[in-house]
Amino acid sequence: MRRITIDPITRLEGHGKIEIFLKDDGGVENVYFQVPELRGFEQFCVGRPVEELSQIVTKICGVCPGCHHMASGKAADAVYGVEPPPTAKKLRELFYMAHFVHSHIAHFYALAAPDFVVGPTADPSVRNIIGVIEKVGIPIGSEVIKQRRIAQEIQALLGGHQTHVVMNIPGGVRKGLTAEERDDVVKKAEGFVDFGKFSMNLFKDVVLGNKTYVDIILNGPYALKIHSMGLVDNNNHVNFYDGKVRVVDTEGKELFKYGPNEYLNYVAEHVEPWSYLKFPYLKTKGWKGFVEGQESGVYHATPLSRLNASDGMATPIAQEEYEFMYKTLGGKPVHNTLAMHWARLVELIYSAERCLELAKDPEIIGKDLRAPLDNVPSVGVGIVEAQRGTLTHHYWTDEKGIVTKVNIIVGTTNNNAPICMSIKKAAEGLITKDTEITEGILNMIEMAFRAYDPCFSCATHSLPRQMRMELVLKDSEGKTIRSIKRS
Amino acid sequence: MEFNPTIVAFLCNWCSYTGADLAGTSRMKYKPNVRVIRVMCSGRVDPTFVYKSFREGADGVLICGCHPGDCHYQEGNYKCLRRFKLMKKYITQMGIEPARLHLEWISASEGKQFAELIDSMTARIKELGPSKIKTVVETLAI
Amino acid sequence: MKEETSQKPKLKLAVYWGAACGGCCVSVLDVHEKLLDVIAAADLVFWPIALDIKYKDVEAMPDKYIDVTLFNGAVRNSENEHIAKLLRQKSKVLVAYGSCAHMGGIPGLANFTTKEAIFKRVYEESESTVNPDKIFPQTHFDVDEGTLELPTFYNDVRSLNQVVDVDYYLPGCPPQSERLLEVFTLIATGAPLPPAGSVVGASEKTQCDECKRTKTENKKVKRFYRPIDIKDDGVTCFLEQGVICMGPSTRAGCGVRCIVGNAPCRGCYGPSEAASDPGAKMLSAIATMIDSNNEKEIEKVVETIDDPAGTFYRFSLPSSIIRRTIV
Repeated sequence: MRRITIDPITRLEGHGKIEIFLKDDGGVENVYFQVPELRGFEQFCVGRPVEELSQIVTKICGVCPGCHHMASGKAADAVYGVEPPPTAKKLRELFYMAHFVHSHIAHFYALAAPDFVVGPTADPSVRNIIGVIEKVGIPIGSEVIKQRRIAQEIQALLGGHQTHVVMNIPGGVRKGLTAEERDDVVKKAEGFVDFGKFSMNLFKDVVLGNKTYVDIILNGPYALKIHSMGLVDNNNHVNFYDGKVRVVDTEGKELFKYGPNEYLNYVAEHVEPWSYLKFPYLKTKGWKGFVEGQESGVYHATPLSRLNASDGMATPIAQEEYEFMYKTLGGKPVHNTLAMHWARLVELIYSAERCLELAKDPEIIGKDLRAPLDNVPSVGVGIVEAQRGTLTHHYWTDEKGIVTKVNIIVGTTNNNAPICMSIKKAAEGLITKDTEITEGILNMIEMAFRAYDPCFSCATHSLPRQMRMELVLKDSEGKTIRSIKRS
Repeated sequence: MEFNPTIVAFLCNWCSYTGADLAGTSRMKYKPNVRVIRVMCSGRVDPTFVYKSFREGADGVLICGCHPGDCHYQEGNYKCLRRFKLMKKYITQMGIEPARLHLEWISASEGKQFAELIDSMTARIKELGPSKIKTVVETLAI
Repeated sequence: MKEETSQKPKLKLAVYWGAACGGCCVSVLDVHEKLLDVIAAADLVFWPIALDIKYKDVEAMPDKYIDVTLFNGAVRNSENEHIAKLLRQKSKVLVAYGSCAHMGGIPGLANFTTKEAIFKRVYEESESTVNPDKIFPQTHFDVDEGTLELPTFYNDVRSLNQVVDVDYYLPGCPPQSERLLEVFTLIATGAPLPPAGSVVGASEKTQCDECKRTKTENKKVKRFYRPIDIKDDGVTCFLEQGVICMGPSTRAGCGVRCIVGNAPCRGCYGPSEAASDPGAKMLSAIATMIDSNNEKEIEKVVETIDDPAGTFYRFSLPSSIIRRTIV
């Protein structure tokens, strides 16, 4: 049996490989997506004081460290049975919205855009942000870097360390905001809203305005009929920081909604011997294998699933875009995997609007940052939406608050089974007995993975502006084939 | 084969080393398992001396200094005491039996006490068995 | 675009991650607008996060083809080790980039436990895991179509220099991007580099030198506190408030970013040159702060220090003298 290995998977965060087994006639027999990494946070966090965890778990991921920091902070609050004061919660959510803005911008421009704007089978040397800029112009590239930088400045302002943020402490946050700082954040958030709208318009022009791409999104081998998960507020609107986890079925009907302390009743994890990453599934449906459909336990936790699982967005411009997206794609729920890129832009606009809302809230410059810890610590769960899925941190401690047990279900982990299925479906759709298997075809198989938003993004591979840029093309032996300079 | 512990002992020049010397010149018999390293003061004993001793195969580490109040440099033995207490907590966390690290005050005239200390520590370490530190640290990687 | 032949040969740069989180790759991008200067001076020849270059492409490169490789992440499994050795072979200069490659980093905390305990926790005991047949990931597993392979998960985490020879160390979790730029500029302009084995991109002084909090000579305390126990005034040295801060034994270079966020330093930049063990000096310094000569009182104060091993060796356990728990 012929075998094709893609190792490592590229243009995403983390390690992964794909094994494609081909039948004698050239069609696909089976496809396996394997995750070869494991570090053991759930074990080595034991013995650490629980307040230290919010700074240790950020190192689970250097692209969404803020997500782990928030889930951890909320779990530690729950361990102490404490509710942070309103200012603290708002500061946390303000940080979090800036975090979403930075991550969603970067993913769209560096990971999504190349495959759509330059082309999914384009030469790898231009199938990146450089090629995107060639197509859409240098000013936009500058703006991408600038907005990402500004979002990180807000992260550093509130959280000290701009990547591995330190803002949370059980009961609240360590640092407040002055009036001058707040005024600056308001201006920056207004810029985010503008850029969010601009990015959506760009998507509509370049992607939705192109029949080939629309065809790939709607009719390509990239659709999975599975359940959708997302955090919602009391009005069933998407919220990233707080709320209840809602799951709707393949038809869009609510299956259940749960609060942090109930997650174990609804989600379980399956193990396969060929991957270090586990496969979460809905406990109520049971593990039926890598299958789609109403009765399967497979679900996804992505920007698309969040929109599917909600009744709308909590801010006006995002709500308009939400309605437009569903109208265009034929109603809720949407199962086209590549529509995740669209949903991500709706979320970008929401994050920007919500960031502005919070920055303008008078309580944001309040002085009451920490509630006292009056209870004996024991156990607690914190759930947030990470950019790439519902994130659950569950901590147990002794009576001194020293951690005794940890259980974490990470955002991307929710999507392990759907990712396997998406990759397999893409391979089966793209490789038939007459297909010449090119690098482009293999990249189109990798696209099935990228839609789920791997943790990382290369926001700015290159930014020519008016300065010289050189593109060096190398063959597989590393010899320079061609060197192109822009002067 | 019978286990013969290796104990590394850091003895301060003014009191405990002199006390050990007295045990020797008085022809007192005591277990040969100790390797003595003379330091000017027990306060000189850096935690790395202790960790390195264990890492290189010592089954036990002993620190001896002047009795409280008698330190030739006034406070050195107190500094040693504070460090010792925190080191105990650290090595316990690392899975090393705390009894492998011991601190005792020995004055210049306490030759007999020194001999008895070596005998009792040797017996205690013998009971604990050989230290696994060197082998575990060097071979557990794979 | 005009076609021209290249004149000055550009630096061939590679960035790779072992057991990592991606934060070091983020730090490379966080040079923001200056990335332009980096791109002008260097060709990126291998960077899984950003480029579609695969392992087979690296294997095909001639030895010493890559000028500089920034290797971040610790060595946790056989794939990390294999690629570390491969990149050592293919690189002129290999830099241990970030705390994990430098000292083991946060993944290094796994040296408090064992592979067996980790697997048991993750695949068997985790409260959300349903695994009645006790299936564990296998390095080789036969499926109908063939044999699937996974890297071997080692029992220990190692820093990069415990696996291959390292030319330079660029510390931090992640390194502050301005420091990366400074080092890169040195290399790109052909300036003389410090001797091999040096730490670059970090100060010779400690965090205290750059910390803006007020400090006095008096560091004696009657007990220690966890950050949750005190109301930090935001102004006074953490140590003087009784909160353990690794500042005195940690190199400066990060801009005291955690302290600016009102959290005590946890030592990600690693110790200064003289330290043979990354946590021993700090343990010693903390012990010296105890304001008592009485044995029982001293014991009581030591009880207020929770998790000394996890605090003094937060980022450096694998590179310490007693580098793992004795099991």
